[in-house]
Amino acid sequence: MGTRASLLITCLVDTLYPNVGRASVAVLERVGVTLDVPMEQTCCGQMHQNGGHPDDATRLMRRTIDAFADAEIVVSPSPSCAAQVVEHYPHLAERSGDAGLLREARALAARTRDLSTYLVEDLGIEDVGAPAFPHSVTYHPTCHGLRLLGIGDRPQRLLRHVPGIELRELPEATSCCGFGGTFAVTNAGVSTAMMDDKLRNVRGTGAEVLAAADSSCLMHMGGGLSRQGAPVRPLHYAEILVGVPASDDRLPKTLRAAAR
Amino acid sequence: MSERWPEHPLDFPKAAAATLQDEQLRSNLGHATTAIRAKRSDVVAEVDDWEALRDEGAAARDRALRRLDERLEELEHNVRAAGGVVHWAPDKAAAQRIVVDLVRATGSDEVIKVKSLLTDELELNPALEDAGIRSQETDLAELIVQLGGDRQSHILVPAIHRNRREIRDIFREHLPGAAEVSDDPAALAEAARRHLREQFLRVPVAISGANAAVAETGTVAIVESEGNGRMCLTLPKTLITVMGIEKVLETWEDLGTILRLLPRSSTGERMNPYTSLWTGIYADPTHPDGPEEFHLVLVDAGRTNALADPVGRDALRCIRCSACLNVCPVYERTGGQAYESIYPGPIGAILTPQLQGLDTAPTLPWASSLCGACYEVCPVKIDIPQILVHLRGRVTAETNASGKGHHAGVERLAMRSVARVMDSRRAYEAAQRAGRLGLALIDNGRGKRGKLPGLKGWTASRDLPDPEPSFRSWWREREEERP
Repeated sequence: MGTRASLLITCLVDTLYPNVGRASVAVLERVGVTLDVPMEQTCCGQMHQNGGHPDDATRLMRRTIDAFADAEIVVSPSPSCAAQVVEHYPHLAERSGDAGLLREARALAARTRDLSTYLVEDLGIEDVGAPAFPHSVTYHPTCHGLRLLGIGDRPQRLLRHVPGIELRELPEATSCCGFGGTFAVTNAGVSTAMMDDKLRNVRGTGAEVLAAADSSCLMHMGGGLSRQGAPVRPLHYAEILVGVPASDDRLPKTLRAAAR
Repeated sequence: MSERWPEHPLDFPKAAAATLQDEQLRSNLGHATTAIRAKRSDVVAEVDDWEALRDEGAAARDRALRRLDERLEELEHNVRAAGGVVHWAPDKAAAQRIVVDLVRATGSDEVIKVKSLLTDELELNPALEDAGIRSQETDLAELIVQLGGDRQSHILVPAIHRNRREIRDIFREHLPGAAEVSDDPAALAEAARRHLREQFLRVPVAISGANAAVAETGTVAIVESEGNGRMCLTLPKTLITVMGIEKVLETWEDLGTILRLLPRSSTGERMNPYTSLWTGIYADPTHPDGPEEFHLVLVDAGRTNALADPVGRDALRCIRCSACLNVCPVYERTGGQAYESIYPGPIGAILTPQLQGLDTAPTLPWASSLCGACYEVCPVKIDIPQILVHLRGRVTAETNASGKGHHAGVERLAMRSVARVMDSRRAYEAAQRAGRLGLALIDNGRGKRGKLPGLKGWTASRDLPDPEPSFRSWWREREEERP
């Protein structure tokens, strides 16, 4: 098979949510994609850019562009980091005044996708042959995927083909969960107020699982669910597509107890 | 009676911490913004090609801003030709002085006002009061704010933070002849109407803002819902209109575009109840338009500075519809007063620092989770998240240069060292291992180490993930095991 792609794994998934990375690999390999993971990649620079440090972000953009120089197509489990490449790299490069960098940034932007878009649009696959997942799931569409990349309901379309899954509609789904990168810390009070309303809606569905496409937002909402002692498991949709591993060891202790 | 804005610099997280405690405020705002969001979304969906109309709106505003100097001179010429007088105010103090002098010259010691954001930005009411001139707001919500000695919290609905019982109490205490009024909205409106009508007929000077002015004709436009504006614009002998220089439009046709976008975005109506357009003064029956005496005060107050920023300048397209406030998850929870400016919400977070200077409002560009809901609804397509991020960069650059302020020092050092680590594979992988160890020690904020100052903002309401070997270590092992 000639389908090749390179994984933009993101520093967060690489470091804190390796299972999301393993799940992305498994889904892509199952549908016949040959993957590589450039080891020189680290962080896309979104945190620096959004924190008001565009020079640092530009430095990390250069590094990312170099790391993926040979990649035909770049796929990321995170729509937010994919949006950094697709939407913000050209702006950052323009700001640097470096015409060569701008050309490369635009070229990388043009061949970067989030996982759901790659599967549904590029490969034309909605049914990835997922194992049964006999659980109730509510899906939160994270903001950058929804509004910057316009991925629409592609993740849900993938999930709808999972045998046994029961998708429950999340009220006020498109309202931000309150993560917002450093916003979660610099404006912790507002961030928590937004999260509390989101989690009230999540818990109101009675779903066993909260699914989303961005591990960063899931870290925030999952951290809140864990603190509230709520028996709701936060999962990246790719983890559902491959079947969640039998071991619950990676779940926080409170959730582990709740899940049993 | 008129409140001034607090002394700067503004501190959004601190102000928000206070308003977040106000359950009544959050409930009032939640109800109001939910209702108006639904109305807007219904009437926008009726328009065949709303996206094309947004493009036209953005283009109309950009056309005027690109040649702002020429458009303003054209406007001045046409207003004068129709008998109006044009004044130029470079800043707040000049605008206050011009208006006070104009009112004094009429001999009146009172004025009636059409709702105007710019006059609030300029703190015109306190300036008039200092000069012994009584200023009466005639928009119902502005009247509520004025009577209550309160501050505005929304661009369109300045008293959105008040419910009708609170308004009844304010009226009973402060509105002449309303000591017994009930909290029925019709009764409240009637009490205000009785009080205001007498002044419409008596006071000889009105002050207004402007929604737009058409350069090619010299016409000024005001849209409103209550008819108080129409009264102020037609009954008094003298009309003083105070307008930001960015509000000018090139053509009559461009005004049409804006008037199609504004009510749907603003009140969620197909058309606003009152649209007043006037060109110059009433001269004789062949030109029966406008008041007997008309002054147009054109105000810069930071707009030229904003225009000089190639990214930030798009904020000047704003037509003050307030759609961005109504969809903003931050605004919905903190309310408008946390922004400590007449321009709250997402548009305020990019407008206030640019108009007043970044050093006066350094935290406002951070008052957003960058969710993008504001950009999605903006009728003139201001990419607010993009401008927020751009202004954050400007704030950190300025504070680095001065060595003072919120984002200098520790944060700057931390961000730079993270960037340095991330720019080296070896350092990044070492940090992953160290971070894992760190997470194991933190014990999710319940142990002592979770109380580390840098983590407090996170661990107050959320647990941290548990440590695991990195994805790349798994991938590397798998690659090595491959035949």
